[in-house]
Amino acid sequence: MGPYAKEELLACVIARLLAGSRHAAIGASSPIPATGAFLHRYADPSFRVSLQQRRTANPFTEGSRELFDLAGQGRIDTFFLGGAQIDGEGAINLVRAEGKRFPGSFGSAYLYSVIPNTILFREEHSRRTLVAKVEFASARGTPKALLTGKALFTWQSQRRRFRLESVHPGASAEDVRENTGFAYDAAQQPAATPEPDAQELALLRGPVAREIAENYPEFARRIWCSKGV
Amino acid sequence: MSESLAARIPDGALLALPPDYSLVAMEVVRALIRRRAKGLRLLGVPILGLSADLLIGAGCVAEVETSAVSLGEAGLAPRFTEAAEKGEIRVRDATCPAIHSALQAAEKGVPFMPLKGVLGSDLISARPDWKVLENPFKKEDPILLLPAIQPDVALFHARWADEAGNVWVGRRRELATAAHAAKSVLVSVEELRKGDMLEDELLAPGVVSSIYVTAIACAPRGAWPLGTPGLYGIDDLHLSLYAKAAKTREGFQRYLDEWVLTPRKSFSPA
Repeated sequence: MGPYAKEELLACVIARLLAGSRHAAIGASSPIPATGAFLHRYADPSFRVSLQQRRTANPFTEGSRELFDLAGQGRIDTFFLGGAQIDGEGAINLVRAEGKRFPGSFGSAYLYSVIPNTILFREEHSRRTLVAKVEFASARGTPKALLTGKALFTWQSQRRRFRLESVHPGASAEDVRENTGFAYDAAQQPAATPEPDAQELALLRGPVAREIAENYPEFARRIWCSKGV
Repeated sequence: MSESLAARIPDGALLALPPDYSLVAMEVVRALIRRRAKGLRLLGVPILGLSADLLIGAGCVAEVETSAVSLGEAGLAPRFTEAAEKGEIRVRDATCPAIHSALQAAEKGVPFMPLKGVLGSDLISARPDWKVLENPFKKEDPILLLPAIQPDVALFHARWADEAGNVWVGRRRELATAAHAAKSVLVSVEELRKGDMLEDELLAPGVVSSIYVTAIACAPRGAWPLGTPGLYGIDDLHLSLYAKAAKTREGFQRYLDEWVLTPRKSFSPA
């Protein structure tokens, strides 16, 4: 790993995945997708990002249902979903697994099926989280990509399978294979995920960090305070 | 004052509560615990957080219908998690727009509401009260129908109540929907205002009118440790203190003793 936080690398991958998006919404407890989305605004000023739980100047005035109404009309093209479990068919589980109870499905059951570009994001990359089949499908849909702490997968609609796109610095293709519980396609030599460049890091640690700190204070403290940002 | 609202919530009531980011009547929630409420059925509009975790841990809850229970950045809701895993409460899992739609059905007085999407989810088979029917206007277009939800009580906090009995929730329209749908509406407020907010064109769009409001109590900082937009934000430090304490039953009990059951300390630091 270089002189940057893992979260910064992931945010840069997310910013690149947002190329071409016009309006992304960010749900609860998603500081890394929010960081990536705020960063992408510097590459594309016409890109709109709506933070569902933004604490000040929240974009919604019709209460918490407005996000879902906008999505139902097709006014949001990108959303991020995670899961206690994610399987090789792209199904996510936010309810229960191995006797453990998780918070619940939130809006996923609906959003996954109505938003055209769903990016699956789960930092923990293990056989516990990436499974052959989820125990409970909170939501099923067609993902655009799956980003983890070790790798980026894209979705192949024809084959209905993930394809390993790139492996993050510090991980290897073997490492990814060993820690993934579902089958996927991959090139002989999967690419390396590009590291954040100086310009991206300057944006992340300046204006993006300040915006994130307003809404995810714990996260911002953890990632950026030690760097004196 | 908060005790008088808590006294109006009968054991076993279907109680609609807002999420942590909205306006939660936390002082009334603490008063419910002090009055040892039993068998409550909580409805998350559309998710729940600290209020539900406290009520569940204190043994006040039989059932929860919600799209999630979480403490946000402070992590899992520990008392909900343990009670659900041990089968001490019944959880009826939903998804956010399903709850919004079911409340909208109740506010319109219609028996159900359609909602698109969701069909691939296992929630459908877990919820026999939800029906999938053919769209009568288009062939081969199945659509989910949700029965109306009419809460016995909607409980929330608001910035103001006025002399006419109106309350102001501003942009938190999910509270207005819950209020319109519920049989009874109980509101704690930061401040009592003179006059009638419906006479003020700037305030009126954020008002839940007295038609819906059953009872009001004044509770300054009554949403603490959650926030009241424009006045005070979420007390993140207290929320993480709670999340740590509530990891064990003993820690939770100590939290209750210190912050809920001792009336002197149950109020927020100003």
